[in-house]
Amino acid sequence: MKEEIIIAGFGGQGVLSMGKILAYSGIMQDQEVTWMPSYGPEMRGGTANVTVVLSDKRISSPIVSAYDTAIILNQQSLDKFEPLIKAGGLLIYDPNGITRHPVRKEINIYSIAAVEEAAQLGNAKAYNMIVLGAFLKLKPIVKMENVIRGLKKSIPERHHHLIPLNEQAIELGKKAVKAMHEV
Amino acid sequence: MAEKVLKKGNEVIALGAIHCGCDGYFGYPITPQSEVMETLMEEKPWETTGMVVLQAESEIASINMVYGGACCGKKVMTSSSSPGMSLMCEGLSYLAGSELPCLTANIVRGGPGLGTIQPSQGDYFQAVKGGGHGDYKIIVLAPFSAQEMYDFVGLGFDLAFKYRIPVMLLTDGMIGQMMEKVELRPQQARLSDQEIAQRYGSWATTGKTPDRKENTITSLALDAKVHEALNHKLQAKYQEITEKEVRFETLFCEDAEYLLIAYGSMARICESTIEAARAQGIKLGLLRPITLFPFPTKEIQRMIPQLKGILSVELSAGQMVEDIRLAVEGKIPVSLFGRQGGMLPTPVEVLDAFKTNYI
Amino acid sequence: MDIKDIIKPENIVYQKTKVLTNNVMHYCPGCSHGTVHKLIAEVVDEMGIQEKTIGISPVGCAVFAYNYMHIDWQQAAHGRAPALATATKRLYPDKYVFTYQGDGDLASIGTAEIMHACNRGENIVVIFINNAIYGMTGGQMAPTTLIGMKTSTTPYGRQADLNGYPLKITELIAQLEGTCFVTRQSVQTAAAARKTKKAIRKAFENSGQNKGTSFVEVVSTCNSGWKLTPVQSNTWMEENMFPFYPLGDIKDR
Repeated sequence: MKEEIIIAGFGGQGVLSMGKILAYSGIMQDQEVTWMPSYGPEMRGGTANVTVVLSDKRISSPIVSAYDTAIILNQQSLDKFEPLIKAGGLLIYDPNGITRHPVRKEINIYSIAAVEEAAQLGNAKAYNMIVLGAFLKLKPIVKMENVIRGLKKSIPERHHHLIPLNEQAIELGKKAVKAMHEV
Repeated sequence: MAEKVLKKGNEVIALGAIHCGCDGYFGYPITPQSEVMETLMEEKPWETTGMVVLQAESEIASINMVYGGACCGKKVMTSSSSPGMSLMCEGLSYLAGSELPCLTANIVRGGPGLGTIQPSQGDYFQAVKGGGHGDYKIIVLAPFSAQEMYDFVGLGFDLAFKYRIPVMLLTDGMIGQMMEKVELRPQQARLSDQEIAQRYGSWATTGKTPDRKENTITSLALDAKVHEALNHKLQAKYQEITEKEVRFETLFCEDAEYLLIAYGSMARICESTIEAARAQGIKLGLLRPITLFPFPTKEIQRMIPQLKGILSVELSAGQMVEDIRLAVEGKIPVSLFGRQGGMLPTPVEVLDAFKTNYI
Repeated sequence: MDIKDIIKPENIVYQKTKVLTNNVMHYCPGCSHGTVHKLIAEVVDEMGIQEKTIGISPVGCAVFAYNYMHIDWQQAAHGRAPALATATKRLYPDKYVFTYQGDGDLASIGTAEIMHACNRGENIVVIFINNAIYGMTGGQMAPTTLIGMKTSTTPYGRQADLNGYPLKITELIAQLEGTCFVTRQSVQTAAAARKTKKAIRKAFENSGQNKGTSFVEVVSTCNSGWKLTPVQSNTWMEENMFPFYPLGDIKDR
């Protein structure tokens, strides 16, 4: 198993921490992982993306030419990364704020209305976990028990009381993900 | 079982320092390496191992604090990124001239000048050819993963004290900012002041006790004969290091007809290039220098008879390629693929560059 | 009476402290450095801290200070002695660590290091020799060179509009919260040297008590650089330096 994922959106959407939780979940089931962010001075509002690779074997390049999965949370990222998804690969995007929707025919496209779901849940911070849930529904490459262990490792102990909420958000994402186009 | 964590390369430099019994870190913030000091401040090792951590007023002060700490026989280190490392080069020259052990890490960013904070390998010359004034070398280790960032802190200190020489970890923001799985080692105790006096009392400023003469650490020798003798001693040390401490890794080199040579972040990218090339039936291998000084000259020379050409893959305008050409002595073609300004090539771009040069 | 009958311990009225080496000092006749070295060595001896004292020598005439005292020494790059001292004291908190710096070293190239070490309140001693000129490099203008004073780089005398003003760095240092004792002394007479020795002693005692940074300026002569005889230099210092750099404690807490 080797999964090369790009997660991209605005700073502040929890892009980097979603990637970290996913990567930590991989470590919890003894996989090799890399988490490679675009780093820069933008902390909020600018674009943020992270390449996460999970593999059963030693990972060579953390920079990849094409992705198995792209998780896209804003228009600029959709424009940039849609062309870089491998044929037969997966695109998950939040349609909120998207004016030009994905067009490729030889990839699987799903939407997750995570902004709306987070609003209904009453917790905007659960946003990225809803998106993660959508991904895990489509590609259950890490077991849920390892996601919980990964969460515990990723977030500071003082926030551990929020783990049930995160788990709830992931389950919500699994239910809310919608197929837009399948090959 | 050893603990496995998901951490940035920069963060595990800090953990590596604590765990190997480092006595002091002195640094100044600069992107993309500020996580080193931030992690140390978060970990508060002064409460556990007794390690000193201090944010200095400048890179110049940082390296001179390292100089002072190294004079004491203590395991001391700093880290910075390119513009800051330029400021530290004066201090490195003094450390080399005074034969002091220390560890530095340069998480290289694009230059010249203020440049960019994105990854670069443009400080290769500065690192392996000295950087500061005078005839000196430092040992340069090029980690290419978070695990090596962690492991090479301990290795770097071992080499630094074995040869009484500054050691530098030369890497870039890609390895520094990337998180990977890292297996942590058990805590190693710091040496006590008594142990330091016993081990290094012959030269370190541990306090002049009645049983020994006073120790003076200086790089000054105004007498030309004395100073030439010091230089000869340094050169002999560098020769010994060249003979004994070369480290490298090879991948698919047994039957390789062509060779990529790359270190650090570029070696990671080139690994994927090799996989892609092999899938296309191209007999391409990878040589990854782990020590940049000493450079794996002999290994390159050993491989020359089987090779039709070498491509040096660098995030620079071509620096390591000069050392490769010195090793090859014109016997086979040596080409360069270099990106600059923080641009990271994908594995496919590297393969295309290889084909353009050789296929 | 034979001379051997006279040379007996009980007849000794003065002897060189054992902390000073027997090396002949390279300083010019009349230079203040030798006197200050002797005072430091005596304080180290009298406090019984020879094994615990680490000196940091500067770049400048006093670069070779390490030749003259039987203690461990580090020789710093130009201006950086306070950085070395910072690390040394923090790594060996029970040691006595002092820097010995001239005006070019401390008040010009090393301004950042001395300011920040003092501001952090490093528990070190700073001995600052101010003779208003660069001695080792051959008599160039120092940050503390007085207005009108001739040096090899101010051959017509220091002019404020061209060269700026002499820097009263000791007064600046006294403003910093980290310093506990800041004083300005001199060594041109026996009485002055005794006062300076008291100040150095207090500075080392402060260091032992971790009270913060102690800073002892010694207004000094450089008769070679000033192109005067030693006696003329002392008079010139008293008449010209002291009015601008007044002696006495600036801060003591």
